[in-house]
Amino acid sequence: MTESDAVIEARDVHYSIGGRKIFDGLDITARRGRITAFMGPSGTGKTTLLRLITGQSTPESGSVKAWGQEVARMSSRELFALRRRMGMLFQNGALLTDEDVYENVAFPLRAHTKLPESLVRQLVLTKLHAVGLRGAARLMPSELSGGMARRVALARAIVMDPELLIYDEPFVGLDPISMGVICRLIKQLNDALGITSIVVSHDVHELSTIADDSFLLSGGKVVAKGTPAELHQSDLAEVKQFMGGLADGPVPFHYPAPDYAKDLLEGQP
Amino acid sequence: MSANADSLAVSWIRRVGGMSLFLAQICARIVPSFSRPGLIVRQIYNAGARSLVIVMLSGLFVGMVLGLLGFDTLQRFGSEDSLGVLAALGMLKVLGPVLTALLFAGRAGTSLTSEIGLMKSTDQLTAMQMMAVDPLRHVIAPRFLGGIIAMPLLAATFSVIGLFGAQLIGVQQMGVDVGAFWSQTQNAVDLHDVNEGIVKSLVFGVACSLIAVYEGYHSEPTPEGVGLATTRTVVTSSVMVLLLNYLLTAAFLTKT
Repeated sequence: MTESDAVIEARDVHYSIGGRKIFDGLDITARRGRITAFMGPSGTGKTTLLRLITGQSTPESGSVKAWGQEVARMSSRELFALRRRMGMLFQNGALLTDEDVYENVAFPLRAHTKLPESLVRQLVLTKLHAVGLRGAARLMPSELSGGMARRVALARAIVMDPELLIYDEPFVGLDPISMGVICRLIKQLNDALGITSIVVSHDVHELSTIADDSFLLSGGKVVAKGTPAELHQSDLAEVKQFMGGLADGPVPFHYPAPDYAKDLLEGQP
Repeated sequence: MSANADSLAVSWIRRVGGMSLFLAQICARIVPSFSRPGLIVRQIYNAGARSLVIVMLSGLFVGMVLGLLGFDTLQRFGSEDSLGVLAALGMLKVLGPVLTALLFAGRAGTSLTSEIGLMKSTDQLTAMQMMAVDPLRHVIAPRFLGGIIAMPLLAATFSVIGLFGAQLIGVQQMGVDVGAFWSQTQNAVDLHDVNEGIVKSLVFGVACSLIAVYEGYHSEPTPEGVGLATTRTVVTSSVMVLLLNYLLTAAFLTKT
């Protein structure tokens, strides 16, 4: 891997929210043209990591670089320029509820370009066709299923032809068919458009089929990295528990509590 | 007790400071937001046209009550012909701007706060920032401007309908002479009175719209948070309107 390969690079990142340590020396890299997956149990700071990458939060120490530039040191103008190179898919789609599907996809074009309406229409319909929802152009977001809303959000994320696509929990709450569709779209878009993708999720099975590189986060650090196959073969207890979906392990099943027997007997006559 | 009062005072001062800064941020984006006038027109429709029925109905009933009570009081002094003056000045200077602002806070203000709060809780505002679009310019500034433009128009409608209501009762039911009603009104009401109404409704429009968008934008992104923010909008707007009304009335009286 060469230095220029790295699109996103975080080194020794420390970050805490309300006194709770989220990252304690995190190191990650997302390379050009590849699908990089960040996995980990709930509450390990996967979404926080995306906030650091996109400049919505700044780390207490350490560095987060996008295309070689320090994100935390950017002015708001530079940050907006950076974000125009990125597309982001939110967990719930985050579609504008007072606009229809067509206007949602056209939104970034209207905000950033002065393209004639005929060209806007062509671009919007092309992107909607790519996610299979050209026929739903005039529906309102409230008329869409969860999977459809996420596909519209995906069309909106790619309408400005970004170099990096970021997916925040793209599989949450989807039925198997929608999950398969989103999975295939992530792979297709990455390969066909030659972009870089970052996927944050805890759906091990889906990620294994599409990710080129995987990072497993736990306790504020990367506990394992490699291809999904390498992660599956790891002997580390944290990795085994997460990849195998085991109820108990380094991430305990029980929330810390006093002794069970003592607790039950307390208050007995 | 004193500590409680202190913390309450500090939180109020902090809120007023936050609102002033927010107002400055919005003002910096007002000119750029005119690049998409369609957004502002839509907000004038949402805040203004959609509040029209409730404002007209309220104006009519308030005017009718003013007609009844005004006639009852004035006839004791034999000056019931001045009913038009009483109704016109009452409507223009106080009732029109104040009651419209209170209705505006309840109807349009709450809808603004809850809409912006829901946009925040469903990540729509963050999504805009991620698309390198400034939500203050695209969401907040047009809604703020829409409210400011709609409020004086609604107050004017309220006053006109109210005066019509007072005339309906005074002239049609109580038998005040129609010529005296209107000629006395025309003689007594001058531009200064109309200006007072316009200035008041503009100031109330700024206050109510600012409070509504501020509370929505700073609400907790949860259902409870949006509910609380909506309540705060009504309470704060109502108190502010009544306080500002006193200050403006005093200011206009010293000017004359």
